[in-house]
Amino acid sequence: MTDSTISQSRRAFLKRTATASGFTLGLALLPATRGQAMFANAPSAESFAPSVFIEFAEDGNVIITCHRSEMGQQVRTSIPQIIMEELGADWQHVTINQATGDAKYGDQNTDGSRSVRRNFQRLREAGATAALMLCTAAAKGWKVDPYECVTDNHFVVHKPSGRKVAFADLISVAATLPLPKPTDLKLKSRDNWTQIGKAVPSVDLTAMTTGTAVYGQDIVMDNMCYAVIQRPPVLFSKVKSSNQAEIKKMPGVIDVIDMPAASAPALFNPLGGIAVLASNTWLAWQACNALKTEWESSENAAYNSEEYQQALLDEAAKPGEVMRKLGDFDKATSEAAKVIDASYYAPHLAQAPMEPPAATAVVTADSAEIWACVQSPQTTRQQVAGALKMPLENVTINVTLLGGGFGRKAKPDFAVEAALLAKAVGRPVKVVWRREDDIKHGYYHSVSGQRLSATIDDNSKITGWYHKTVFPPIASTFNPAANKPTDGELDLGHMDTPFDVPNLQLERGEAKAHVRIGWMRSVANVYHAFAKESFVAEVADQLKVDHRDFLLSLIGPDRHIDFAASNAKYGNYGDDLNDYPVDTARLKKVITEVTDMADWDNREQQGRFLGLAAHRSFLSYSAAVIEVKLNSRGEWTIPKAYIAIDAGTVVNPDHVKAQCEGGLIYGISCAIGQITALNGEITQSNFHNYLVARMPQTPVSIDVEIIQSEALPGGVGEPPTPPAAPALANALYAATGQRFRNLPIPLNIKTA
Amino acid sequence: MKVTINEQEFDYQGDPSMPLLWFIRDELKMTGTKYSCGMALCGACTVHLDGEPTRSCQLPMAAIGDKAVTTIEGLSSDGSHPVQQAWREHNVPQCGYCQSGQMMQAASLVDKKQPVSDEDIENHMAGNICRCGTYPRIRAAVKSAAEAVAIKVIK
Ligand code: FES
Ligand code: FES
Repeated sequence: MTDSTISQSRRAFLKRTATASGFTLGLALLPATRGQAMFANAPSAESFAPSVFIEFAEDGNVIITCHRSEMGQQVRTSIPQIIMEELGADWQHVTINQATGDAKYGDQNTDGSRSVRRNFQRLREAGATAALMLCTAAAKGWKVDPYECVTDNHFVVHKPSGRKVAFADLISVAATLPLPKPTDLKLKSRDNWTQIGKAVPSVDLTAMTTGTAVYGQDIVMDNMCYAVIQRPPVLFSKVKSSNQAEIKKMPGVIDVIDMPAASAPALFNPLGGIAVLASNTWLAWQACNALKTEWESSENAAYNSEEYQQALLDEAAKPGEVMRKLGDFDKATSEAAKVIDASYYAPHLAQAPMEPPAATAVVTADSAEIWACVQSPQTTRQQVAGALKMPLENVTINVTLLGGGFGRKAKPDFAVEAALLAKAVGRPVKVVWRREDDIKHGYYHSVSGQRLSATIDDNSKITGWYHKTVFPPIASTFNPAANKPTDGELDLGHMDTPFDVPNLQLERGEAKAHVRIGWMRSVANVYHAFAKESFVAEVADQLKVDHRDFLLSLIGPDRHIDFAASNAKYGNYGDDLNDYPVDTARLKKVITEVTDMADWDNREQQGRFLGLAAHRSFLSYSAAVIEVKLNSRGEWTIPKAYIAIDAGTVVNPDHVKAQCEGGLIYGISCAIGQITALNGEITQSNFHNYLVARMPQTPVSIDVEIIQSEALPGGVGEPPTPPAAPALANALYAATGQRFRNLPIPLNIKTA
Repeated sequence: MKVTINEQEFDYQGDPSMPLLWFIRDELKMTGTKYSCGMALCGACTVHLDGEPTRSCQLPMAAIGDKAVTTIEGLSSDGSHPVQQAWREHNVPQCGYCQSGQMMQAASLVDKKQPVSDEDIENHMAGNICRCGTYPRIRAAVKSAAEAVAIKVIK
């Protein structure tokens, strides 16, 4: 991470950024306030860059580079916060630079709720490296031991004597020092932390409240044209004929360009179709609407969601492929006093970030530069380089703010579209996805059918648990033959079923994809938690026991789940089970915490209708209670919700709280929205028929409890989402006696 | 035709049916006003037309007439409108993309300088979508802003 070659290339990189910015009109719109610039200019003189993340200008000001994409999780604040803990700089003298896509930063793919947990240690070390070099520079002058010195508020302080020297006065000396070895670093102990664990306000707050924050849709360049693309209505159908020649003559139209037709596998390739380039977005849009295109048929035209739903549920009802097994579930069934069974269905969803995808490209004969709202700048770089047949080094990916991502912007097809068009037309091009494009041509959250079964003995004890899951996998986007849930997806809330039962059987079934399938916030955890946590409530209800008490007893004694005992492998989000065990004590703790907050025990006397759900995901534990109310028209509202999260060590408690609020609300949207296909075409197009939660469907207030923990940091952006849909469904059952096993849940229960 | 935006007069010669949003964003290159749905379904593009919240994505240039347009850039010169202050105080924005529209919508309520109830807020804000789910903070921030304004009025 920290060697001098990297420092060298960092300097070269900053110089290049400065030159490139010369023609970026968009920069005129960038926030001028210190600490908010997305693309920092190079310092004027030779600077000191002890790592790829930290650079000092000659005047002592610090540029901290955030290598992860900002999409609302406040990573542009939390990443610097971790560095600042050891660096001892003054926020007033810190500017945040947004990294371009570059392998030198390590992984930049901002998904999987891992920005903090995968960078926590290395960023502390980066800060400590810089601090030790400054201390060493000061110690040389004072002829003292550098370890007697500390950094504080942009000064180095010699503790025994109280002498101080400003960072600015140490830069030239520090820049000549060798980098310390990681073993030379003495990281602060937890009880001395002043940044980690503190609610530092977001660095982009002023820009975001004054309209000066710059997103992918906002990039403006001299001589730029705006592109809107008509994409095939059915996946992989190709253009047969169109009236392009006429369209080219429309006012403001600069060009009409055929996109290369797409075929399986979908990968991150553009979808094909016809692009209209015009002098503004609206003219391009109007001309695109006037396109009359005939499309060839594609095998995906056979996709009908109604039939597919039935097929999924039929497949879920059949015996499947056993993925994890403990004891003998069949025997438990034959010996059971009672068997409870239920099937669940959850439709496709679109991530629908508030900002539809957008990318701007400038392409010359031997270079390409992109400005885009991408979650994965390195993948974007590879895809653009590949599409333009250009060496990777000649491609620069600038990451703007993302107006929400939720997984959609981890797929850079839209940046490739911009690159191809900019090359074809020989001037800067901004590709604007309309909301209709976003809803109709997405990488959809998968559609799923599941069946659960519990066996019960004469003493009302649960003897067996069965869960079969069926959905077209994300892998189908990369390999058309993939037609079963993959290990990576089963690991999200299926394989890690934490229940203490002697007979456990977890299975998967087959399902073929007919649309592009992709990640969405929490991924397969969303539907797995919906089925599992709904079914727990159903079983509790049939046994006439309290749902919370039943859930706690089903989870059983405090332990770490032993996957080897059931001959199963568990991927654990790519992290070691020794570092991050599946810990039932932590799961139970969030359940007791959240039910205490909600005054669960007194709900019946108080006439409140509550629903509960809990789930481990992304190495964190979360549990939610949702309270519903029905009005005389049968519309439900949520006067109150409660969520408890154990995410281990947290960097910024207010950001974690915000993610709990927003993540829970995103999960409510997952319960009310649906994407369906008719003859291969997506039926929905915009927010009138793709429902997302608006203020009236969301909790009037949400109480959030962050469990104090010294455990390693877990994920935060995704774990609050999975419990929402089952907690809502369970609350509605309490209020109405109706079970909602098939999503979406209608907004008006009487019309159910 | 002449249009007045943030107290500045502009001349527009293009198609009178083009929605104001694209004039603001693509011609004036003021990108604080956002596009998200284009169908008056989400509120991201909200501006004020003589103080009334209006979806600029569905407002043809020809329909503006002599009404004054205010965008987020013109709500205050320095981010000091009570709504902007309350938004920062409550750390409302997550991705921030919907927030220009949310603040413009909220400002039109707060500018009435009347006390607001939870129900007023919900009715007034129901047309604005936030996919990041900042609604609980929006509710709290609108309330604070309304209270701040009410206090000023009493003083
Ligand atoms: S963009 Fe105008 S209301 Fe959505
Ligand atoms: S803050 Fe992201 S959409 Fe509202």
